Amino acid sequence: MAIDFTLNQQRSSYRGDPSMPLLWYLRDHARLTGTKFGCGIGYCGACTVHIDGAATRSCVTPMSQVAGRAVTTIEGLARGGRLHPVQQAWIDEDVPQCGYCQAGQIMAAVDLLARKPQPSEADLAALTNLCRCGTYPRIRRAIRRAAAQLQGEPW
Amino acid sequence: MSVLRSTGALSRRDFLSVSTSAAGALMVSWPWPCAPGAQPAGSRSLGAFVRIEADGRIVIGARGCEIGQGVKTSLPMLIAEELDVPWSAVTVEQLPYGLIASHDAPGYTSRYGPQGAGGSTSIPDGWKELRQAGARVRWLLVQAAARIWQQPAGQLRTHAAHVLHPDGRSLSYAQLAARAATLTPAPAELPLKPRGGYRIIGQPIRVTDAREIVTGAAGYGIDAAIPGALTALIARCPYFDGAVAHVDDAQARRVPGVRQVFRIPGPQPGAVLDRNLAAGVAVVADDFWSARKGREALRITWTQGPGAQDSSAALERRAVAALATRGKIARRDGELEATRQAAARVVEAVYVMPLLAHATMEPPNALIELRPKRALLVASLQSPGGASRMISEMTGIARPDIEIRLRRVGGGFGRGLQNDFVAEAVLVAQAAKAAVKVIWTREDDLQNDFYRPFGLHQLAATLDAQGRVSSWAHRVAATPRKYRAAGMEEESDWIGCADPDGFPAGCVANYLSEFVAVELNLARGWVRGPLPTFSAFPVQSFVDEIALAAGADPLALRLELLGAPRELAYRDHGGPTLHTGRLAGVLRRAAQEIGYGRKLPPGHGIGLASHFTHGGYVAHTFEVAVSAAGELEVVRCVCAVDVGEVVNPLGVEAQMMGATIDGLSTALNLQITVKDGRIEQSNFPDYPLLRMAAAPDVAVHLVASEFPPSGAGEMGMPTVAPALVNAIFAASGRRIRRLPVGDQLKGSTARS
Repeated sequence: MAIDFTLNQQRSSYRGDPSMPLLWYLRDHARLTGTKFGCGIGYCGACTVHIDGAATRSCVTPMSQVAGRAVTTIEGLARGGRLHPVQQAWIDEDVPQCGYCQAGQIMAAVDLLARKPQPSEADLAALTNLCRCGTYPRIRRAIRRAAAQLQGEPW
Repeated sequence: MSVLRSTGALSRRDFLSVSTSAAGALMVSWPWPCAPGAQPAGSRSLGAFVRIEADGRIVIGARGCEIGQGVKTSLPMLIAEELDVPWSAVTVEQLPYGLIASHDAPGYTSRYGPQGAGGSTSIPDGWKELRQAGARVRWLLVQAAARIWQQPAGQLRTHAAHVLHPDGRSLSYAQLAARAATLTPAPAELPLKPRGGYRIIGQPIRVTDAREIVTGAAGYGIDAAIPGALTALIARCPYFDGAVAHVDDAQARRVPGVRQVFRIPGPQPGAVLDRNLAAGVAVVADDFWSARKGREALRITWTQGPGAQDSSAALERRAVAALATRGKIARRDGELEATRQAAARVVEAVYVMPLLAHATMEPPNALIELRPKRALLVASLQSPGGASRMISEMTGIARPDIEIRLRRVGGGFGRGLQNDFVAEAVLVAQAAKAAVKVIWTREDDLQNDFYRPFGLHQLAATLDAQGRVSSWAHRVAATPRKYRAAGMEEESDWIGCADPDGFPAGCVANYLSEFVAVELNLARGWVRGPLPTFSAFPVQSFVDEIALAAGADPLALRLELLGAPRELAYRDHGGPTLHTGRLAGVLRRAAQEIGYGRKLPPGHGIGLASHFTHGGYVAHTFEVAVSAAGELEVVRCVCAVDVGEVVNPLGVEAQMMGATIDGLSTALNLQITVKDGRIEQSNFPDYPLLRMAAAPDVAVHLVASEFPPSGAGEMGMPTVAPALVNAIFAASGRRIRRLPVGDQLKGSTARS
């Protein structure tokens, strides 16, 4: 049975093992490799995407749960050539080091700002995505910068 | 990661090869020879590459492995500086591994120079050569303008990608590129800009490909694809030096998408570990998920191997027993015994450091295609030269016919100094007769690493009647670098474990550095700032213990020991000298910035530590609070760094912040343990890197310095653990001598 869903605003259909995690559909089938494999157990957050706007760990989300829903990956975040304010803030604050976890960090931050437009220290501390390079201080700065940007000009 | 450091200066061929591309672009490459039989050509020779596009874009090739240390930005900055172009006009392109057959001698030449990442060497290696490469391109463009204008070249200047005529006319580099491509390169070394004339070096430049990273477009090794390539996972023997006794693959073969299942040979017990690490069973499939399901369906009986009964407790017992024996003397100054006899006071302590894994966010992977006489490798590498040599040895394919494409690497930390995952890809591709991508899971990664060795450090110091440090003895029990490795000398096998010339060598007249070898039963490797991190924790902790015994202030004692600013011989990586004044400088700065000596609230304490790492000088100061229940809070965290002239301050700050948080993760929580011959940790929950909530802000202070630059990737790591435990002691009276800190603070916090 086909699993129909929306991927970065395009209709998609998948016929295959419904237990396959969304992560591997994205990477191996849709060839959207911006979403990363880090732990495979939903712990590190490198695989974070949005499902119906909510940050979700795609490595533990089977395709069967995607049916009828809207998936947005890091590749689908910008609009045309215009970066999401969180992406732009990441560049402005020079966040990435190795960069591998950053797609997941950005997707988590976009979700946070959608829920909490003016996040507190505790809200930032509640982000659980791992960064092996230790970019956390600049991630905090970038989120605050993006929050300010979004106040003036909602996305 | 001093193991990769070239010790000999390379002879250099002083010519450029200049050509014009089909698109009319000027290409300048700078070949360097590599003596036959020398160390891996790719990690040793020097070079550069510039392309000027007709539309004025300046394309600069980035030669290094970008593992997060920033070389894809900082190395092209060096070229752009002397080329005299605005950074905004520069487009950076990642270069492939550049090994080619030498034109006129046996052996190989690297078109681009050293391309490996290890030992924080990229910037010092590139500092002169890449600026010179930029200057040579600029020289050609000036010569071209001189010919067009019939004007002596000496009267022409350059600015912002233009050559300027004294009368005000100008020609852009794009206009001059075709003419420049016809000219003979500069016959000799060119003068470089004086300090003060820089327009790019020293400026805060952001990560060059940040846009690709934040849009998901940056390609990592694991993202690479070759049409038709299959994906392989390997079930590896969980016992070091074990083997596959029996495999039932019937279920695995029935998993849809699984194409092939076969055994992979491992190293012989006790043999050199220069290929793959473990015997196993490979499952080759259409995609990752099929391969993973196939792997889970395997039923394998393992032969346990000689280390099957080993454990962390047994390893520690071996280290304790080793310390009771005589080891190798790495350095001995003065009279230890006589000094001890005459001492007013003896201070002794033993420090314990755990096994560590690398845990790069991007797990190891390698995509390889083997053809009869050529190969293509796309992988996340730190040592492409080593990969090239290994593939050639395993396949018989000549090294110049092995194409290696470098991608962004999702973290290095020394993991990529080993190419065992490339060896696996070769073995699988050979057996499968197909292009394959071998992908490791996190469990594979934590359980099949080249681990930072476990170590015991036994320190003893004496104080004379005036309370001065009269002797210092540091004995280390750990696993030597020659353990299961090829080409390591017996005589200097303490390198990487003992730091005979590190502080306080040369500062205490009677001094001993001794090393005792310990059997490991695991693969031993190099983790970020390997020796400095291994050494700084015991040394800098012990200074505070001496200060306590002597009734001295920890900062004052360090400054007294360092003495007058001078250069001391330092024979390991980062030498040939260690400057005591620079070490004192970062200490003073870190102390000043945290307000050392100020009155603190109850339960708070400040600790400090400094260390010399691979040519750079870093000090950390921490203010921590320890509650009555043993809850630890990092209140402030300061890092002062002297890495010589700073190429990219934003990059250095990032490295120091990141290494500080890496160091905190490591000091607080990280260790690999062994039980019944197997690694106990399997994924991030039991190898808990710090998350946002526990990662402090780090105040990084760059000390102005006119010394030539060192690297910056590893310098921020070593001083974190000792500064932290010294602060914990100052706050609570609890002396942590065993890492990680873990839950040692829980319970009683009575001052000892």
